[in-house]
Amino acid sequence: MNAPLLELEKATIQFGGLTAVSGLSFSIGEGELVGIIGPNGAGKTTAFNMITGVYQPTSGTIRFLGKNTLGVRPNRLAGAGIARTFQNIRLFRSLSVLDNIRVAARLHNGEGYFSALWRGKGWLKAEVETEKNALELLEIFNLADQRDELAISLPYGDQRRLEIVRALATRPRLLLLDEPAAGMNPAEKDDLMRLIRFVKDRYHLAVLLVEHDMKVVMGICQRIAVLEYGIKIAEGSPKEIQVHPKVIEAYLGAAAV
Amino acid sequence: MAFPGAKRWLLLGIALAILASYLSPQFNRYYLGVIIDVGIAIILATSLNLINGHTGQFSLGHAGFMAVGGFFSAWVSLHAGASVDAVWYFPLVLIAGGLLAAAVGLLVGVPSLRLRGDYLAIVTLGFGEIIRVVAQNTEAIGAASGLKGIPKLTNLGWTFGFAAISVYAISALVNSTYGRAFIAVHDDEIAAESNGIDTTRTKVIAFVTGAFFAGIAGGLYAHHKQFLSPTGFDWLKSIDIVVMVILGGMGRTAGVIAAAILLTLMPEFLREFSEYRMIIYALLIILLMLLRPAGLFAINLKRRRHS
Repeated sequence: MNAPLLELEKATIQFGGLTAVSGLSFSIGEGELVGIIGPNGAGKTTAFNMITGVYQPTSGTIRFLGKNTLGVRPNRLAGAGIARTFQNIRLFRSLSVLDNIRVAARLHNGEGYFSALWRGKGWLKAEVETEKNALELLEIFNLADQRDELAISLPYGDQRRLEIVRALATRPRLLLLDEPAAGMNPAEKDDLMRLIRFVKDRYHLAVLLVEHDMKVVMGICQRIAVLEYGIKIAEGSPKEIQVHPKVIEAYLGAAAV
Repeated sequence: MAFPGAKRWLLLGIALAILASYLSPQFNRYYLGVIIDVGIAIILATSLNLINGHTGQFSLGHAGFMAVGGFFSAWVSLHAGASVDAVWYFPLVLIAGGLLAAAVGLLVGVPSLRLRGDYLAIVTLGFGEIIRVVAQNTEAIGAASGLKGIPKLTNLGWTFGFAAISVYAISALVNSTYGRAFIAVHDDEIAAESNGIDTTRTKVIAFVTGAFFAGIAGGLYAHHKQFLSPTGFDWLKSIDIVVMVILGGMGRTAGVIAAAILLTLMPEFLREFSEYRMIIYALLIILLMLLRPAGLFAINLKRRRHS
């Protein structure tokens, strides 16, 4: 394996006296599909927020494409190729489905303040191009028919999907999905698993997944890291994790071991 | 394509404004004055709408930016001598006033736009008061007694020409991939950031653009009333503009223009009720708020945002 895409080295974050994530080390290579699981409050989303630059680690380092991401703003990291979705869906509520995608495609659109004001030929070309790309994306994910609807008027499952599409519009190399299966029924979960695999293969992405649903995690992840109280207690293939004594203890209590 | 033929509408607006200004000597002077007031209100309301409505940053300092542009251009006009009569003079000094207001906007915006919600409102409110107090104590611009005898350069053409430009500029920005970031920041800053939008920069750009047009409106106002007093730019003036934006429906250009017209005309129509005027005005606003909480033109259908 080449140098990893994302590498965490003893990443630690403290809020006051609470250590939310402690000495977390792991890495993701190009095209890998990795899951993070753990009981509630284990620090999974906090780890996500560190990787995406929302929080800064108190100590330790995070490298993306070999570069330390310390102090880099989330929008810069998005530009560098880290995209994410949120546990509680965060779509732009007053924008249409299409505009939600276009605003994320803005990173690669190349327009500036004065070109948007002047609306010259170059601007028009960029605008047409952006719209075309956005529609193509929506087409692939069967959302093109709802292009003019408000994003938040979509059914729940579609909103989750749209958030993933929006993340793809930033042209990421690493996609972080925070509980994408939350609130989905079994059929929707199956669709989601297919979608994640499809997205990973088609766009050559590495995917990092936080998820509570074991069926989803075990079904698609190549590798799983388990957190408990901010500490990584295990890492390995789904099969290894399923029989790992520490993991069983974390989920079911010591008596079960 | 979003907002097609935008530039044609802009040219049409400017052409109409110029035509109107040729016809204006035939109008009653009082009505003419009120119509110019309306045009200035449109500039103020649409530009504040970019900040408060589209971008969702609650600013209470718009009168301050108006004062910067107004006092600057008035002071220049009082010292410019004969060149005041040249055709190019007025638009140039207006734009200069706008640029100065934009520069002040940048100065205020960079530190304060890191704040959110109520804090920003308080900082901008304080800023507006600082501008007023500084104006009140600066001898060069007449201190407390203000500036008198400003040449009457504002006419229908310039007022509505600049009103057309400000409506165009803000609509053009918001209806572009570049400017959709304003709305994204309004909707969800965290999501905007994670999708590559520099939120602080976006807010500052909205703020500076709004300040620029407020500065121009201030210049038009100064050369319309021919008299400027610092007390005319107190926070109540800012509130007036905020009310136009809220009543028009935050982020809806057409509604905000309608509210600017309505709220400028209303006090004029209520003049005959003299002392009850402000009470009626207040009641009307309360009523409108109760009946149309999302703005004058809010439609409950699937809504198309920018119009």
